[in-house]
Amino acid sequence: MGNEKNNAADKFVLGGHEFTSRFILGSGKYSYDLIKAAVDNAGAQIVTMALRRANDDSKTNILDYIPKGVTILPNTSGSRNADEAVRIARLSREISGSDFVKIEVIPDTKYLLPDNYQTARAVEILAKEGFICMPYMYPDLNAARDMANAGAACIMPLAAPIGSNHGLATKDFIRILIDEMDLPIIVDAGIGRPSQACEAMEMGAAAIMANTALATAGDIPAMAGAFRKAIEAGRSAYLAGMGEERIKGASASSPLTGYLR
Amino acid sequence: MKGNIDEMADQHTNTSILSEQILEDQKKNRIDHMTYLPDMEQIDPTIMNKVTAAMAAYDYDSYTGDDVRRALRHEGHISPDDFAALLSPAAKPFLEDIAQAAMRETRKHFGNAILMFTPIYIANYCENYCIYCNFNCHSKTKRAMLDASGIDREMAAIAASGLKEILILTGESRRKSSVEYIGEACRIARKYFKVIGIEVYPMNSDEYAYLHKCGADYVTVFQETYNSDKYETLHLAGNKRIFPYRINAQERALMGGMRGVGFAALLGLDDFRKDAFATGMHAWLLQRKYPAAEIAFSCPRLRPTINNERINPMDVHEAELLQIVAAYRLFMPFASITVSTRENARVRDNLIKICAVKISADSKTGVGEHTQPAEEQGDGQFEIDDSRSVEQVYNAILAQDLQPVLNDYIYV
Repeated sequence: MGNEKNNAADKFVLGGHEFTSRFILGSGKYSYDLIKAAVDNAGAQIVTMALRRANDDSKTNILDYIPKGVTILPNTSGSRNADEAVRIARLSREISGSDFVKIEVIPDTKYLLPDNYQTARAVEILAKEGFICMPYMYPDLNAARDMANAGAACIMPLAAPIGSNHGLATKDFIRILIDEMDLPIIVDAGIGRPSQACEAMEMGAAAIMANTALATAGDIPAMAGAFRKAIEAGRSAYLAGMGEERIKGASASSPLTGYLR
Repeated sequence: MKGNIDEMADQHTNTSILSEQILEDQKKNRIDHMTYLPDMEQIDPTIMNKVTAAMAAYDYDSYTGDDVRRALRHEGHISPDDFAALLSPAAKPFLEDIAQAAMRETRKHFGNAILMFTPIYIANYCENYCIYCNFNCHSKTKRAMLDASGIDREMAAIAASGLKEILILTGESRRKSSVEYIGEACRIARKYFKVIGIEVYPMNSDEYAYLHKCGADYVTVFQETYNSDKYETLHLAGNKRIFPYRINAQERALMGGMRGVGFAALLGLDDFRKDAFATGMHAWLLQRKYPAAEIAFSCPRLRPTINNERINPMDVHEAELLQIVAAYRLFMPFASITVSTRENARVRDNLIKICAVKISADSKTGVGEHTQPAEEQGDGQFEIDDSRSVEQVYNAILAQDLQPVLNDYIYV
């Protein structure tokens, strides 16, 4: 995507919708009554929602806890193939009224690794139905291109296995996506610390999605605030144009081109 | 009688389940427990063979504190050998460290969510002779079986409590509780619940496929013990006696399209370390073969029954139970772990804090206990030790800063 001009109106555009926050908040792993404080401290404008939780009409409903004005991003967790993802996405739209959908197709219960092929198929079907498709994927350039061609609004590569808090384990491959794709790259899964979120943003990621990093923190709303600052700092650094990283500390004292007349 | 029983006992024989009658019955000729009966579907035995071989090779006394420390250093990617070390006697001094590690893994994968559900026993007829179970065909248990309207009433009463997940159980009588009967119960359950599990007799994969169509998505089968020689002395008659048919039930369920399968050894029947190791290996091997399969563990210890109040889990005390459950968690961090009402509220509340992620509430093991007059109810399978209501369990979860979740699934 290349560097963007640093200006005050730095907007994050997703499927035609503009956001100022670049922090997408997960909601699946901590108590609902902390969601509002986390959203406030995070400055988040998008919060995910698993339909399989929201589908609970008896005691508590996550929809009652997400502050008004915040965009709800339903996900298709629980789906193991494209067809299941499509069905869950349609149900999600009915319940949440949101056209956004984070497409997660996970036929692997151990590492929860997404199936890129099935994900691209789901994007193809859902994009035609007017969904704003946000596919969660293993960072593979060819798969990302397939998803883009199928109508994805962004690409959400994993940084490390879900829940691992291992940070940017797939850094080199995410960098390729950032360099080569025209769509926003939202780094999802595996980000465990604000510094890792900052690093991804410095690289040019458009946004960060986090859940476990907050859920496993001692103070969830406070950690949401820390992430907000880190993401903003990383974004500012990216827009400012990162200084060149010197290998071995300095430029060569005897340049190879010194002989040229 | 005592002397007689003790003479029969090896180191891992739980004498609390024996009686003179049982000892007499054990002397009688019995069918070969390793040979399939007609109509039993035979599938590839590879997983069974690997599980039993791994268990046979497991020498838990060979593990040392260093092995346990090494296993703990591997947190997040525990190997079968690490799992073996965590279940060994050498791990006992490290129990606090193991529990802490298990809690970290649990929170990473599940956050603070704790799923709630309840079992419903729709029939307690049984054709097996499991010498430790109150439902067995020789037991003087009061039998009962709910018809469709009885099931509907019972489920409506359960659903009124707010629960969204139900586990349907029967005694193991294919004759009385046919596959069609269980299927009808699943269809009724679909009216009231979002998630339906079944814990019934093992069946063929096409029958699991049928029940999946009727709405069930999770199948639990307790292997009781993975030691086939011991298994043979505990299950004296009935289809359940056929060890390979039972051990391969989870795989047949997955072949039939079920989303998830549950595993358990009944702790206290035999050498609990070997049984726990085999249970973990069974789940681990099946998940490798069926990566989309959702894996669940139950961790039942033997309990007293109406007809035998002496039954106890032998050497599986609370510390051993925690060691097993925490080892399951570390070995398979993503697995669901259910904590049974066989345990009391103190143990259950602590286990959900550490590594269990699923808890039943308002549990009743008798048939029709939610709505039927007492004289029409069937006896329970075992005595429960935590009779808290849905509301009480819900509030107990909240009180620990955990999040009660009633539904975490969509039937697709």
